[in-house]
Amino acid sequence: MPLITYRDALNQALREEMHRDDRVFLMGEEVAVYQGAYKVSKGLLQEFGEMRVVDTPITELGFAGVGVGAAMVGLRPIIEFMTWNFAVLALDQVLNSAAKLLYMSGGQFNIPIVFRGPNGAALQLSAQHSQAFESWLAHIPGLKVVTPGTPYDAKGLLKSAIRDDNPVCFLEGEMLYNLKGEVPEEEYLIPLGKAELKREGDHCSIITNGKMVNIATQAADQLAKDGINVDVVDLRTVRPMDVEAIKASVEKTNRAVVLEEGWEICGIGTQVVDYIQRDCFDSLDAPVIRVHQADVPMPYAKNLERAAKPDVPKTIAAVRKVMYLD
Amino acid sequence: MAKKKNETPKASDGDLNRSLLRSMLLQRRFEERCAEAYALGKIGGFCHLYIGQEAVSTGSLSLLRPDDYIITTYRDHGQAIARGMSPRAVMAELFGRIDGCARGKGGSMHMFDKSLNFLGGHGIVGAHVPLATGVGFAIKYRGGDQVCICYMGESVVNTGAFHEALNMAGLWKLPVVYVIENNRYGMGTALERASAINDVFERGAAYNIPRAQCDGQDVFAVRAAMQEAIDRARTESLPTLLEVRTYRFMGHSMSDAVSGTYRTKAELDEYMKRDPILLLRMHMQEAGELTEDDLRAMDEEIKATVQDAWDFADASPEPPLEALYEDVLFVPGEEGRGKREEGGRGAREEGEPAVAASAG
Repeated sequence: MPLITYRDALNQALREEMHRDDRVFLMGEEVAVYQGAYKVSKGLLQEFGEMRVVDTPITELGFAGVGVGAAMVGLRPIIEFMTWNFAVLALDQVLNSAAKLLYMSGGQFNIPIVFRGPNGAALQLSAQHSQAFESWLAHIPGLKVVTPGTPYDAKGLLKSAIRDDNPVCFLEGEMLYNLKGEVPEEEYLIPLGKAELKREGDHCSIITNGKMVNIATQAADQLAKDGINVDVVDLRTVRPMDVEAIKASVEKTNRAVVLEEGWEICGIGTQVVDYIQRDCFDSLDAPVIRVHQADVPMPYAKNLERAAKPDVPKTIAAVRKVMYLD
Repeated sequence: MAKKKNETPKASDGDLNRSLLRSMLLQRRFEERCAEAYALGKIGGFCHLYIGQEAVSTGSLSLLRPDDYIITTYRDHGQAIARGMSPRAVMAELFGRIDGCARGKGGSMHMFDKSLNFLGGHGIVGAHVPLATGVGFAIKYRGGDQVCICYMGESVVNTGAFHEALNMAGLWKLPVVYVIENNRYGMGTALERASAINDVFERGAAYNIPRAQCDGQDVFAVRAAMQEAIDRARTESLPTLLEVRTYRFMGHSMSDAVSGTYRTKAELDEYMKRDPILLLRMHMQEAGELTEDDLRAMDEEIKATVQDAWDFADASPEPPLEALYEDVLFVPGEEGRGKREEGGRGAREEGEPAVAASAG
């Protein structure tokens, strides 16, 4: 199986879906002539032309709304945000237009649109460029929120997102774009709303999503050397969330660590813990522990940034704690 | 702005003028009953009436084709009816009933009808303007010759969404007519207290968009200005920013007094002398196109239509509780779920005016 980058996996998904359906177009800042701020859209302008690969001014609120309007009348836009940090400017269109039009119109206008771009922290970009937004977006009924952590998942999930008839927020990772993984040459889709076990073990569950999947699998591999075998439940999609997968894993291991990139308060982990206490109360042998970003704006200094981010040692420490090993 | 000589309708325009008058009067009578229903608690929430502005909806929508698109603000009852939505479906929506155009999910601010390309009333000031630009983009993408009309109040011109949307429409040359219904007040704040310029259509200059201003109380002036804008969009794929100077005779919403803190009774009285329905009526009477008896008969018929809409809405059931969780996400194969067969949303009665079709 070819080993390709997360970036190329996304590029393949875009190219294949644009070939498959001429209603699909890509719009955003620097997606065309510049070939993508992170080169995700490399070559697409040359292949599909300027009507289908559209450079916009720096105008997030505006072009997010353009996407919603085009989707109302039958097109299937992919709106690229250079980062989700900038998408805050467009949140009104995501929240008040894309997510609500089907409901407010009594079922008449569905909005088949994908909003995508890198999410969360990279390296030393400091406070305004280092935020993970999945919990904000997952709060909103009417949206689907997808967070692929590997090249294989990125391609299969993006293809499903583009074919979905609802608004999908697709959260990538700047630090993931160069990550390599096996991606088959033949076509495949990954259904939205289904988690996947990235590692299997009986001792504890690590429930996570997005970029943190790679932290979780590294932690799992290190723990395995000490004879501790963990389930890594990759949610893949945080809305809708695969509650059954969480339940199945926690009922098997009786212990859970919930790992996420964003802040603690009202985070994704809050919801996961709620599902666990509701559905697995009698199965738990220890309180659930969460691993997340420190409750501060992201600092610039290397040492402070490292201290703020969730990482492998923090995850391992949490697993050992719920297993009463430390 | 006064009508130019060559825009003066001829006596042979009597049929068209009668349909314009009928459309405007229907909106007026409909809104009057809405005020009554609101006072009785049959309509809840925010409710913004269109009284005084009917020449804008009727004048502009009377020029559209069925395949053109309309998108608007929360002051949307008049445009919905002028586009041809059934007063029954609009009233049932206002009453929060299952036969409403949005099955009781949207209410006063969110009228939608996909079959009429009526893309909704939108509740966040300015937010629908980029959507209109997107509709224009889709028309151009498909190589069509439709036009999208986007209505907005004058307060929209100070929002970021307006500027972002107009810039892209000017940049990409999109077939959208942006109609500013300048009714002088953004809620209780007068235009001159909110905008650095008074001629708000000039904002189009920043985006290289053809622009114009017209009298919104004179339905012929609206039609003349709109015809030019629609032609420009349809044949040249160019946007227009049209400022239509109008006035609302009611408060901003039903919870706002008609006059008081921000405008005087004297000002209101002055503007009401230029009631758009009165102006058209006088014109038609002078031209011999309308007698007092004609008018009385038309009014009686319209009142009966509105009463029928009221009765229909009143008799329509509340949405079933299972509707609460329906239509959050689109599920293929389940579209149109719960729609009632008879007299449901979008149903038009025999002989009801759909001014949309009369291109004059």
